[in-house]
Amino acid sequence: MPTTTVSERLEIRSSDDVVRVRQRVRAAAVATGLSLVDQTKVVTAASELARNTLDHGGGGRVDIDTVEGVRKGVVLVFSDEGKGIKDIDTALRDGYTTGGGLGLGLGGAKRLSNEFAIESAPGKGTRIRIARWK
Amino acid sequence: MDRIPILKLGNALLVTIQVDMHDRLATALEEDLTARIVSAGARGVLIDISALEVVDSFIGRMLDNIAAVSRILDADTVVVGMRPAVAITLVELGLSLTGVKTALNVERGMSMISGLGRLAALDADDDGE
Amino acid sequence: MAPDAHKAIAELLASQEDHVLREWLRQLKEDGTLDSGRIRENEQAVQCTQILRQLRQGAQGGTVDLSNAAYEPLRDTLADLSRSRALQGFTPRETAMLVLSLKEVLFDALARQHPDDATFLAKATNQIGLLLDRLGLHTMEVFQQSREELIVRQQQEISELSTPVIKLWDRVLALPLIGTLDSQRTQVVMENLLESIVQQGAEIAIIDITGVPTVDTLTAQHLLKTVAAARLMGADCIISGIRPQIAQTMVHLGVELTVVSKATLADAFALALARQGRAVVKVRPAAPAADAART
Repeated sequence: MPTTTVSERLEIRSSDDVVRVRQRVRAAAVATGLSLVDQTKVVTAASELARNTLDHGGGGRVDIDTVEGVRKGVVLVFSDEGKGIKDIDTALRDGYTTGGGLGLGLGGAKRLSNEFAIESAPGKGTRIRIARWK
Repeated sequence: MDRIPILKLGNALLVTIQVDMHDRLATALEEDLTARIVSAGARGVLIDISALEVVDSFIGRMLDNIAAVSRILDADTVVVGMRPAVAITLVELGLSLTGVKTALNVERGMSMISGLGRLAALDADDDGE
Repeated sequence: MAPDAHKAIAELLASQEDHVLREWLRQLKEDGTLDSGRIRENEQAVQCTQILRQLRQGAQGGTVDLSNAAYEPLRDTLADLSRSRALQGFTPRETAMLVLSLKEVLFDALARQHPDDATFLAKATNQIGLLLDRLGLHTMEVFQQSREELIVRQQQEISELSTPVIKLWDRVLALPLIGTLDSQRTQVVMENLLESIVQQGAEIAIIDITGVPTVDTLTAQHLLKTVAAARLMGADCIISGIRPQIAQTMVHLGVELTVVSKATLADAFALALARQGRAVVKVRPAAPAADAART
């Protein structure tokens, strides 16, 4: 069965962009037929990661992929050219934060997704890929 | 910038959040509420989130902050109308908002503010029981 | 470039349709596809006739490439057929054999039509073989997918059946859990419970775990997640039905249930009523059943 992917790229430069990311991810999740709970999970995860990109990555972008094939779902890739994360394991642990927040962004997004992958290093920026399947 | 309206209902303040807030709006709401609690001498704050489809950690933090501040100012905060999908997601996210009181709707929330706790809320809708 | 294999098929099916159909049906019968009784002979004949017609239609499109639009009716027919077979309980073999047995029949018929052109025959046979292999694959893919969808649907039904939500009293509901609580089931349980809380306007939810065989750390976590979600919506939970052995296991494991718990559903119900400021009182002496029926 052939797989079709519809791709959309959004810049994340302001908190208004974070709202836009939520709206577009919601649209993608609805289009792909995810249940209401799964929609909420992926939109919330996207909100966390978009905010992270803005606050810690100095701004970046997200690629929203709507996938229809043997598997149906939404794949999101957040990327930025920020200062990178020195210790990924620590960052994934709940409560860790450098910015005075609840520090749930990364760990939370991971728990809300079916797939989670992160590449980051000091000076090399950050790239985070999450997926939510039907 | 638009600000979210705050209504005075008896000795309580009622906030109905109906838009997908960007961070600046949420922060402004926190500030506005704090000021109003003092100026209105409110005993309670009701935050109606029944229209919210998403509550992320930023909004969660805002709710926790409002609850903490109002407690110091001797007022109760009750968050009402959380949707099932949002509740499930928040728990999975790791946010249990333990500092915040909750109720199913505004009516029940209001009776929780009278100072008698959930007992009062449960009696409120009864017909004389 | 390959010989016009598509033309060969089209011509073959045009001039020898009856013969090919007869041979195919005979082959299928020999293979025992009618033995299970899941499909009757004339029904099979109708299906096969349609497949041959649509195969000819596809070949007339000018190619042996299955993804070509001319083959869409054939793909759809095979997909529908495959899906219904998956749901009716046909074996994978029976479903695959339908297409694969046609190969042999077509090869024979083709050989008989072009007895003197060995080169053409070799190439055409190759092409037709490829086409039918792809048809077989397509059929099996749909079969597999339909089976998986069926399993998921059944799992969902089982989950829902075993988690009924009961209205015990005004704004008090009970959720008797039966069976193990894995993460998949917890999802369903939570959604059911929360929807019921909204629908019934419940303030107290009693989760009875008498029917849950073991409560280990993971199960406890799932329970606590459910309780936390209900609380976020404004409903308090009471856990009931904790057997002595379960209590002991939990202590040994260091599991802490940070929620009110009672030994029986009855105790939990009494507590719920008390919290609501209600009591059960006797207003008149109990009447024997016969008297009660007369009044």
